[in-house]
Amino acid sequence: MTSTFPQVGDLGIATQIDNFVYYLNVNFSSAFGLLKTILLAYVNFLQGILSFLPWWLLLLLIIVAGKKLRKSWCQGLVLAFLVSLIGVVGYWQMMNETLAIVLAAVTISLLLGFPVGILFSIIDDKYFLPVLDAMQTMPTFVYMIPAVMLLGPGKVPAVLATVVYAVVPLIRLTSHGLRNVDAAMIEAAQAFGSSRWQVLWKVQLPQARSTIMTGVNQTLLMAVAMVVTCSMIGANGLGMEVLIAINRTESGRGLIAGLCIVIIAVLLDRLTQGLVVQGGKRT
Amino acid sequence: MKDVFFRVEGLTKLFPVGFPSCPTKEALQYLQAGMSRTELKEKHNVLAAVQDVSFELKQGECLTLIGLSGSGKSTILRCLNRLQEPTAGKIYFQGEDVTAYNKQALLNFRQKHVAMVFQNFGLMTHRSVLDNVCYGLEIQGMSLQDRYDKGRSMLELVGLTGWEKEDVNRLSGGMKQRVGLARALACDPDILLMDEAFSALDPLVRNDLQFELLCIQQKVGKSIIFITHDIDEAFKLGNRVGILKDGKLIQLATPEEMLAKPKDAYVSKFINSVDSSKVVSITNIMEKPAALVRVAEGAHLALNSMRINGVSSAYVVDDKMQLLGLVTLDGVLQVLDNKQSFANILIEEIPVTDTPDQPVRSIMNLAVHAKYPIAVTDKYNHLRGIVTKAAVLGALCGKQQDGESTS
Repeated sequence: MTSTFPQVGDLGIATQIDNFVYYLNVNFSSAFGLLKTILLAYVNFLQGILSFLPWWLLLLLIIVAGKKLRKSWCQGLVLAFLVSLIGVVGYWQMMNETLAIVLAAVTISLLLGFPVGILFSIIDDKYFLPVLDAMQTMPTFVYMIPAVMLLGPGKVPAVLATVVYAVVPLIRLTSHGLRNVDAAMIEAAQAFGSSRWQVLWKVQLPQARSTIMTGVNQTLLMAVAMVVTCSMIGANGLGMEVLIAINRTESGRGLIAGLCIVIIAVLLDRLTQGLVVQGGKRT
Repeated sequence: MKDVFFRVEGLTKLFPVGFPSCPTKEALQYLQAGMSRTELKEKHNVLAAVQDVSFELKQGECLTLIGLSGSGKSTILRCLNRLQEPTAGKIYFQGEDVTAYNKQALLNFRQKHVAMVFQNFGLMTHRSVLDNVCYGLEIQGMSLQDRYDKGRSMLELVGLTGWEKEDVNRLSGGMKQRVGLARALACDPDILLMDEAFSALDPLVRNDLQFELLCIQQKVGKSIIFITHDIDEAFKLGNRVGILKDGKLIQLATPEEMLAKPKDAYVSKFINSVDSSKVVSITNIMEKPAALVRVAEGAHLALNSMRINGVSSAYVVDDKMQLLGLVTLDGVLQVLDNKQSFANILIEEIPVTDTPDQPVRSIMNLAVHAKYPIAVTDKYNHLRGIVTKAAVLGALCGKQQDGESTS
């Protein structure tokens, strides 16, 4: 015997939401237009820099960064070699497009996630945690639909969708890191007459640095993971290449483009892992 | 009130514990109406951590507060600089009411007039030793050069010159607390609050630091409020000692007065019980052997070791730190003149005890007849330290004196 939940009938909620999005679209188009212009200019600016850099200079920068952040020439060389493979298979320009979107999304995530993380470490965040859960688990397309409606297809909604998904670990880990600073240390700082800001700035943030850097690292990786999804709303780059390969069932092309995304992920992960390790030590 | 340096009047601190707890203001009225501490906790879920404590601190005085854990001693200390807000009572510092300070005045009071030393040190692990010492000065807004100069002189005061750049994680417990002390002294506070500052340290290091604190106090003349649960420490450091029980100050007196005229049974029991239970064990008076050589190292090194340490005998161990015996200066010189072999001059008949945890009394006979310091080993004959005759006698005499004065 099966029991059915009693039918309530159509509440019309979905229609109301549709109307709301339509209302926004009609009445606030200039505001969204401005947002779109700014974000597009920012992404194009990043992409311009990446394209302007000669390929050998970028590889050189990677080697130096590897030495600086990982304390090893060897790691820098390996990373530079892997990235050069992307150029070898002819995806250098696409890599720049993808990197531009990822970097734009990550920088915006840092600007938003960091202050919000600090805020969440102070206030009682139990009412806000479900929001973070929703941001991470809500199927991306659900908010991509209104984003595309309001901002049109292309890089801008891709950046915004990536921010929504990727900012969460930064908020969580910033808040977690700040909360878990040894209470004795904070008490000592207070006993010497530190103001709240001084406790945050001189004790909590340096102590939480390693955890926060882990958050930055996770944000970067999640941003890279969104690349293919974002290509579905018209963001160019390696993700688009994968999408085309799927549509045409070209396994080889898909695999190569996919591996290039993996290389980007490995590059960004290793370099920021260096920050995590450094954060643990006293400088 | 103007001429009084530091005075606490009727300090009371109530904590809500459990649920539902009644508001602390209401609970305070019950307490003032005469409700007992137990009743307050059982009926209203409010803990009276500190009840109506009053005392005065004179300039340059060291006041120790002693009590069992849960007697409210740490809470009192934290109320004094308002790390915890007192529920009731007044705290006067140089005629000003600290409890009435606004936020800015309170920060200023903490920066300039009180400094705190913590049981678990509270050092900032992301800062170097020097930057830890300079923390308070940094908060005061002193320039980098000035505070480093001050910090260095403070490190010199606590005997840590040369450790400025070191990572605090790498320091031993005793050194960490020296840094904690230097950090507190660097601010040039009028009052030093010390929260079981030496309790986490082993007995030898604790003795050293107690001695150094006394020396430093002689030198800089700070007023100190020292919290401890160790009666020996309280009597050693305090010009006056206060005994706390269940958040109340039972008796506040000089050590002599307290020993002569304990106010009630609790106080005398406290003094006696701690004295009798605290039997000095061999480990407490054990020293590191000044001269120690491995058997393989030979006569030259043995001579060198004795010369450096200014002693006339050296202990000989094998590679696994197992005790073999002792060589004297005469013996070593004979070996160097090729009159004897190293094995022949090794004296194996030396006083040894393998029970380091036993009371000192157990080796009294050994000490009386011993020609050399007594070697202390563990069950497996590993050398752990030595005990000199003087140390044994000192420990026994010290104990006897205490016993006489309390009886």
